[in-house]
Amino acid sequence: MNSLIITSIEQGLIFAVLAMGIFITYKILDMADLSVEGTFPFGAFIFAKLVSTGVNPFVSTILAFGIGSLAGLMTAVLFIKLKIKPLLAGILTMTTLYSINLRINGKSNIPLFNFESVFDIGPALLILVVTVMAIKITLDQFLKTEIGYLLIATGDNESLVKSLGANSNKFKTIGLMLSNGLIAFSGALMAQYQGFADISMGTGIIVIGLASIIIGDTIKKDSSIFNSTTRAILGAIIYKIIGGIAIDLGLSPNDLKAISAIIVIIFIAYNNLASDFLASIKNKGEKKYANNTRIIEKVLQRH
Amino acid sequence: MLTIQGLSKKFYKGTENEIEVFNNFNLYIEENKCTAIIGPNGCGKSTLLNILAGSILPDSGRIILNGEDISNLSEENRSRLIGRVYQDPSMGVSPSLTILENMSLADKKGEKFTLRRLVKKNTIDKYVEILKSLDLGLEHKLNTKVKYLSGGQRQSLSLIMATMKHPDLLLLDEHTAALDPKTSYIIMEKTKELIDKYKITTIMISHNMKDAIRYSDRIIMLNKGKIVLDKPSKNTAEEELIEIYRTKLFEQIA
Repeated sequence: MNSLIITSIEQGLIFAVLAMGIFITYKILDMADLSVEGTFPFGAFIFAKLVSTGVNPFVSTILAFGIGSLAGLMTAVLFIKLKIKPLLAGILTMTTLYSINLRINGKSNIPLFNFESVFDIGPALLILVVTVMAIKITLDQFLKTEIGYLLIATGDNESLVKSLGANSNKFKTIGLMLSNGLIAFSGALMAQYQGFADISMGTGIIVIGLASIIIGDTIKKDSSIFNSTTRAILGAIIYKIIGGIAIDLGLSPNDLKAISAIIVIIFIAYNNLASDFLASIKNKGEKKYANNTRIIEKVLQRH
Repeated sequence: MLTIQGLSKKFYKGTENEIEVFNNFNLYIEENKCTAIIGPNGCGKSTLLNILAGSILPDSGRIILNGEDISNLSEENRSRLIGRVYQDPSMGVSPSLTILENMSLADKKGEKFTLRRLVKKNTIDKYVEILKSLDLGLEHKLNTKVKYLSGGQRQSLSLIMATMKHPDLLLLDEHTAALDPKTSYIIMEKTKELIDKYKITTIMISHNMKDAIRYSDRIIMLNKGKIVLDKPSKNTAEEELIEIYRTKLFEQIA
């Protein structure tokens, strides 16, 4: 059980990097970027290629971020320059990456057990905690800069960004590149952690990222102690722990993707419908009350 | 100050729905004056504002502001010269950011945005001073997200943000139309105060004849892209404007 929890936390931390990447597009830019599903294995395959040609694993992981961000650039060009809708632009990038991923190493599964990895230098948990904290702090600080605030304003109100004399498309591009870079970085970490890169490792990954963000948002909803990046990290860890426990209790790992989809549906439906539902209860109550008043008035008239 | 020369604009060009809004339209706006543009829906007043701001490109014509031809400047490049307040109070602010963050952004308008921290402690006093002059108590809500403010408070903030860097030209796009009469009055008074204080040349669009007369120096009425009335506001009576509306409307129906 103990090792299950630790494994879940470790995997959760890897997905935390993914969740922070998705947070930038989904929450800040208010855009569903589906290229994620291609970018995650893209990072893994870039890492595999580099490390197998003798590049240091740390350098390879960082390069996965840099090269991965080019996937975001592609989506940005499709979306901004060619005016393709963001959803379709992401799908086109994802589909293109599928072929690119197979091209990078020439096959769909690359074992990495014989190569160095960033986890060689110490306990995986410690390395992951340090890495995730470093990314979180950097991202938090970035969002407090002038450019960071313009990124937030771009998702919020594009005409304001233009009225400030800035080009909102530039900030969409920055956001998409940053997001895809982090997702590729996460993919590179995952490849090293599980010991192989596989073409199917991106399937359903956007749902995991969204589930993490949504779960993170519901923790102490109205408290300002946790900022958005902390919530994304905690959400990813909780998601993985729930998944780990579910499998431990006998759930087939094959069902896990459907379960994550259901978690996302339930949480979003709850957020969308809860207020309507409460309002309808309240309305019914008021109608009852109004009815009572009418009866009382009638009674009073008679007397 | 502002010269519009030979402006032409058609929408849905080449289709059977083609609409000609302007054909060789000319207008000169004097410095430090507030010009109110009124007219029925579809007369071209919103299109004119959008063309001035650069969010719609004209088919032909030149726009010269303070001697500089801005016809080919993009919307974001014009914004260092032009401030704009929209009808929707949320259009001029970033709702998920706080008042302080919004004002800090507006304070950087037209400058280069870098990797330095946006919110600086030493500017807070200045913002508090500006907010105090509004008299809406916003100076106590610096760290409140703008989406939690009322429409009137948000519009006041938009107004402050649009005028903070003293633009050469201020465009008011029916900026009190979505507010209740009392709030609308407060915002109009504040607007007047700000444009007098900073001497900003202003063009306002309004459907409210009273406001248009009271707060402007010059009234222009447009109909089908043509100027049908152009006179000093102080010589204009509300009845006169309504009469023109009535006769024009009659013509259009007939």
